[in-house]
Amino acid sequence: MNPSITSLLQQAVPLQAYLLLSAVLFTLGVIGFLVKRNLITVFMSIELMLNAVNLSFVTFAHQWHAVKGQIFVFFVMMVAAAEAAVGLAIIIAVFRARATLAVDRIDLMKL
Amino acid sequence: MTILQFFLWSLLKVVVVTVVMLLGVAYTVLLERKLVGRIQNRWGPNRVGPFGLLQPLVDGAKSFMKEDLIPAGVYRPLYLLAPILALGCALISIGVVPFGEPKIGPGGLDLFEISNVNIGLLVILGITSFGVYGIALAGWSSNNKYSLLGSLRSSAQLVSYELALGLSLVGVVMQTGSFNLRTIVEKQAEKGIATWNIFGGMQFLAFFIYLMAAFAETNRSPFDLPEAESELTGGYHTEYSSMKFAMFFMAEYANMINVGCVATLLFLGGWTSPLGNLIPPPQNIFVHALMPIFWFVAKVFAFLCLYVWVRGTLPRFRYDQLMQFGWRVLLPLAILNIVGTSLWLAYR
Amino acid sequence: MHVILFVVFAGFCLGGAINLLLQSHPINSALSLIVVMSSLAVLYLLLGAEFLAAAQMIVYAGAIMVLFTFVVMLLNAGREERTLGSRAAGIIGFPAVVALLAVLATVLLRTRDLGTAALSQGITSTEELSTVLFTKLLLPFEVTSVLILIAILGAVALARHGNGDSGGNQERTEAK
Repeated sequence: MNPSITSLLQQAVPLQAYLLLSAVLFTLGVIGFLVKRNLITVFMSIELMLNAVNLSFVTFAHQWHAVKGQIFVFFVMMVAAAEAAVGLAIIIAVFRARATLAVDRIDLMKL
Repeated sequence: MTILQFFLWSLLKVVVVTVVMLLGVAYTVLLERKLVGRIQNRWGPNRVGPFGLLQPLVDGAKSFMKEDLIPAGVYRPLYLLAPILALGCALISIGVVPFGEPKIGPGGLDLFEISNVNIGLLVILGITSFGVYGIALAGWSSNNKYSLLGSLRSSAQLVSYELALGLSLVGVVMQTGSFNLRTIVEKQAEKGIATWNIFGGMQFLAFFIYLMAAFAETNRSPFDLPEAESELTGGYHTEYSSMKFAMFFMAEYANMINVGCVATLLFLGGWTSPLGNLIPPPQNIFVHALMPIFWFVAKVFAFLCLYVWVRGTLPRFRYDQLMQFGWRVLLPLAILNIVGTSLWLAYR
Repeated sequence: MHVILFVVFAGFCLGGAINLLLQSHPINSALSLIVVMSSLAVLYLLLGAEFLAAAQMIVYAGAIMVLFTFVVMLLNAGREERTLGSRAAGIIGFPAVVALLAVLATVLLRTRDLGTAALSQGITSTEELSTVLFTKLLLPFEVTSVLILIAILGAVALARHGNGDSGGNQERTEAK
């Protein structure tokens, strides 16, 4: 086979690439949180940020050959599951009360 | 083995397994029609070819030829994506299923498994949980209330029973100490039927839970509420016609085969013979290679027959009964099974 | 091989995340987020975290996102309304985001000795993971299970009150 292809196949990826990806994903999550006007999409942006942080945890766990980094991700997943259940229940309750999901319209503490 | 050879072998395996799987799906449909026919005291399809054996091919051709209707009110991208997603998820998970002795091909190649993954069981569970989207999106994008009701029912049912399904497998995993499907089968190989997980491993409760949850996961009777014809006019695929409908149909039967494969691997000793190592392995290399496949296919076939038998026998559950059964019976039983198995492992 | 897989799936990740921002219908955003999460699962596999990759697929892509799509379908929330954004977001938010990304990128690009990741290197088996989880970190694990129990109760309590049509989503919340 062509030697350049073989070398490409065996080349390793620097961990900075993973960390950069994680940083960019986190930033996109923050932008989504600021820009999006739909309550559900805002919530999804938060999940995106959590995922970005998870990626950097896994990367560091790989770098230090440490299992605890991965376990932290495991805990983040469990908390995210709990958060999604409660958050979406709140969204359903808000929608029942206001009949809208636009974040600008939901600006009163009481009905 | 060079990378190129590896790719070519993998491609060959993928093509062969996919073709066999699709044929299996087609003939499972025929098997079901024939068996249900006999259960209801009629013949079933018997006009096309000897014993109606060519019926699936003709049905497939019919689906291809039919006009492809897309209703005006649908949300097009998702409407088109949904059947692909459903069928794709149903066909992928066969990729980690081992169905023959390891390392039998040239150069120690695993000829009878597309890829040997350390977390094979988890991969299958993950892909299964992904299959929900096909059904959910189909119902939502169809813009039809029956479709939406069917898909809401279905996603709730799938997610609920996935829990019981996953927990029922934990007992087997604890006994084996591995998620690798090959390791799980090899642990059961020694004395044949006596060491199968369902008997020797004391996992018959788990097998029962798995069976019930699998019926629900594949939307099969008695849990076929998502497509209950008499109340929902077909459920999530009401608005689908011709090949797109056929894709949902194939996905359902492919899922049945997948579930049968997992049951075979985890509870029924996979490709090993029921007599285990009591009989010496045959001398002929071809017989030696093909016997395991025979046992594997026979076990999956028996499982499929069980499916059809249940469909021909039991009436449909009511929706609240379904949820009650899943959450109040199967889930506690599955947890009980885990506790029991761990106690047995600890004080054995 | 690792390079190709990384580039492809990192591309999917970024594409999905950007699509999440651009789409105006929540269900499209949810689907792009599913793409991001599944590609992240592949990246975890590349980094040798097998169990986490499976958990990412099962928990995030298979359960949490199903919950999102389910709520979008249930509320039948249509297109996003174009409204004025918050002023605080424009004044403080966006400069802060740009600064954050700039700082992170400079720090990461300046660090040289982070090491590399190659195929089938540094794979963490499920056994190692569970050994640490169930011996050293047993207490946090149990506390998390209590947290999830509380979340279930909270979700049921929030979604339950109201009239008869709450049957479906109440069961769905229990499914979490």
